[in-house]
Amino acid sequence: MRRFFGYAPIFYFCVRGEFRVNFIIQFISSLTSGGGGYQLLNHIINGISLGSVYAIIALGYTMVYGIAKMLNFAHGDVIMVGAYVCFYAFGALKLPGALAVFAPLIAICAAVAVCTLLGVTIEKLAYKPLRAAPSLAVLITAIGISYFLQNAALLLWSSSPKVFPSFFVFKSVNEAGEAVTLRSVQIGSVSVSFVTIVTIISCVVIMLWLTWFTGRTKMGKAMRACSEDKAAAQLMGIDVNATISLTFAIGSGLAAIAGALLCSAYPNLVPTTGSMPGIKAFTAAVFGGIGSIPGAFLGGLLLGVLEIFAKAYISVQLSDAVVFAVLIVVLLVKPTGLLGRTVREKV
Amino acid sequence: MKKSPFHFLTYILVIGAYAALQVLQARGELSATMRGMLVPICAYVVMAVSLNLTVGVLGELSLGHAGFMSVGAFLGTSTAIALQDAVPVPGVRLTIALIVAALFAALAGFLIGIPVLRLNGDYLAIVTLAFGEIIKAVFNNLYLGVDSRGVHISLLEDVTNTAKDGRLIIQGPMGIGGIQKISTFTAGFILIMISLIVIFNLVGSRAGRAIMAIRDNHIAAQSVGVNIIKYKMMAFVTSAALAGAAGALFAMNYSTVVANKFDFNTSILILVFVVLGGLGNMLGSIIAAAVLTILPEALRPIAEYRMLLYAVLLILMMLTANHPFVKGFFNRFRQTGQFQLQGDDEEKEAAA
Repeated sequence: MRRFFGYAPIFYFCVRGEFRVNFIIQFISSLTSGGGGYQLLNHIINGISLGSVYAIIALGYTMVYGIAKMLNFAHGDVIMVGAYVCFYAFGALKLPGALAVFAPLIAICAAVAVCTLLGVTIEKLAYKPLRAAPSLAVLITAIGISYFLQNAALLLWSSSPKVFPSFFVFKSVNEAGEAVTLRSVQIGSVSVSFVTIVTIISCVVIMLWLTWFTGRTKMGKAMRACSEDKAAAQLMGIDVNATISLTFAIGSGLAAIAGALLCSAYPNLVPTTGSMPGIKAFTAAVFGGIGSIPGAFLGGLLLGVLEIFAKAYISVQLSDAVVFAVLIVVLLVKPTGLLGRTVREKV
Repeated sequence: MKKSPFHFLTYILVIGAYAALQVLQARGELSATMRGMLVPICAYVVMAVSLNLTVGVLGELSLGHAGFMSVGAFLGTSTAIALQDAVPVPGVRLTIALIVAALFAALAGFLIGIPVLRLNGDYLAIVTLAFGEIIKAVFNNLYLGVDSRGVHISLLEDVTNTAKDGRLIIQGPMGIGGIQKISTFTAGFILIMISLIVIFNLVGSRAGRAIMAIRDNHIAAQSVGVNIIKYKMMAFVTSAALAGAAGALFAMNYSTVVANKFDFNTSILILVFVVLGGLGNMLGSIIAAAVLTILPEALRPIAEYRMLLYAVLLILMMLTANHPFVKGFFNRFRQTGQFQLQGDDEEKEAAA
């Protein structure tokens, strides 16, 4: 159990690891003033940004897996719903003047609220009756939910792609007095877009919050207890059903944030937007060791960096193949993922 | 070799369905859509029974079964196109293509099986998913040309330098175009029968019992001397080979085939057939595959709502099938012996 959610030391490692990455970045950029170093740096930053989105999605997967022991294939489609809600909420909001800065935030909050509700409803209607059913039945139900959400989105919002608005841009005035839109900030020799910065910061904040939540709060402890042994948790007076609902609520809320961040970076919104990132994040969760929160974080980041690197240095078309091939190699060397718990099977 | 009445029932129902459909077709009572769906239904049925061998009989969740279908579809169709002049009879060419497809898919199954079968549970599932995606990515970027000098293969870019007298068969993301539609309903029916014979004989044999022993408790099986890797591999490769043949049959029913057709969603679709039909129950898989392939077409009158309804039906079916009352109802049937699954049969035979 301690290794299951006992991510605190590993989390520090991750943070320190990121500092180290930053250090290496600075080192490389100081060495290479030419294009190569700039590009490498850019790829690393883009990779971490994409990886942060994967990590946020993977956290949802891994928490649900840890507690309900099910692969929630509908998770990717909750992302899509979150992105659509965010899109329409942002479009409907007409905030005056300076308040307009808060519009993206309000839109994301709306998406989180809708997705949390959606996640809990799905759990209550579809997964709760199947608690005692074989895991494959639950898997197929999750797939059914996934089809349902995709087709409902198709009916509600049509298949024509929506161009997601640019969140995280700032209007400013340049020296000549013209209004300009700032999209990125210059750090050393690289320009980093605000979306990237916001994504990375959100991921770290979410990770810190989850660390605190599962480690320090009563509900978090209940969650850990349920993932360890549901029957024993119930005997200790923990409301297992409420705890599972809570897990779904948190996971779906995170999915909404991930949806907004993903679509801010890749602004093409269709009803199937969520499926591929969903599969990738699922892979990331397994990569890090499914059921382990720091594993999901680490797995997501690594997968993102790996994907961007594969795209940049190997081939755009084969990047997915490269990512999956690395996953296979990792699972062969460490069959329970990077930070996964090895369960001894008792006869 | 043991045969249970359940196997005979399956054979008879399949033959009966084939005969009935042939009669209907001869009398012109089948709609054009239905006629067009006969071969895909056969292909999906074979896919479902072959996946059932992995998931139901071997007990390992595979999420990349469409990958084997893809291997079979591409290599089988390429073979058929390459042999277009050498073998003028379509039936013979189809047979050769299906055999080649099955062999290549079996090879792919063997190669993938080496790493995959060392893992367990969800980790095995994710690795099969990964292989499915890799196969899709590779075929999306594969160029294969055949000319008088032989076969030329290149990845990512067309540098095959296929001579004028030859033909570039697989064209990367565009897949294979200009396929002669040589798949027939009868060929599909024969493939289903062969799959059933192969699977039933495997399940009923000593190897089959070993495979099911691994499914039920792999530690117990290992402790009585069952070679786990060997029997897992046997089931996995057989399953892959049948899926390859099904893929070739499926592809040669259309004029073009692209790698994106065999993606994760296809794997999942087939898994849905298997789970709805009942794990280890081949007749169930056949019925589920046929019904669920026709269902979206049958729901066509309600146009845009059909996939939504399909999803709702899927969820409701899973919820009903696992409802305690329904389960108890069916279990009572099973106990009185009126409605037996093949697993129960074998237990009884073993006891007798």
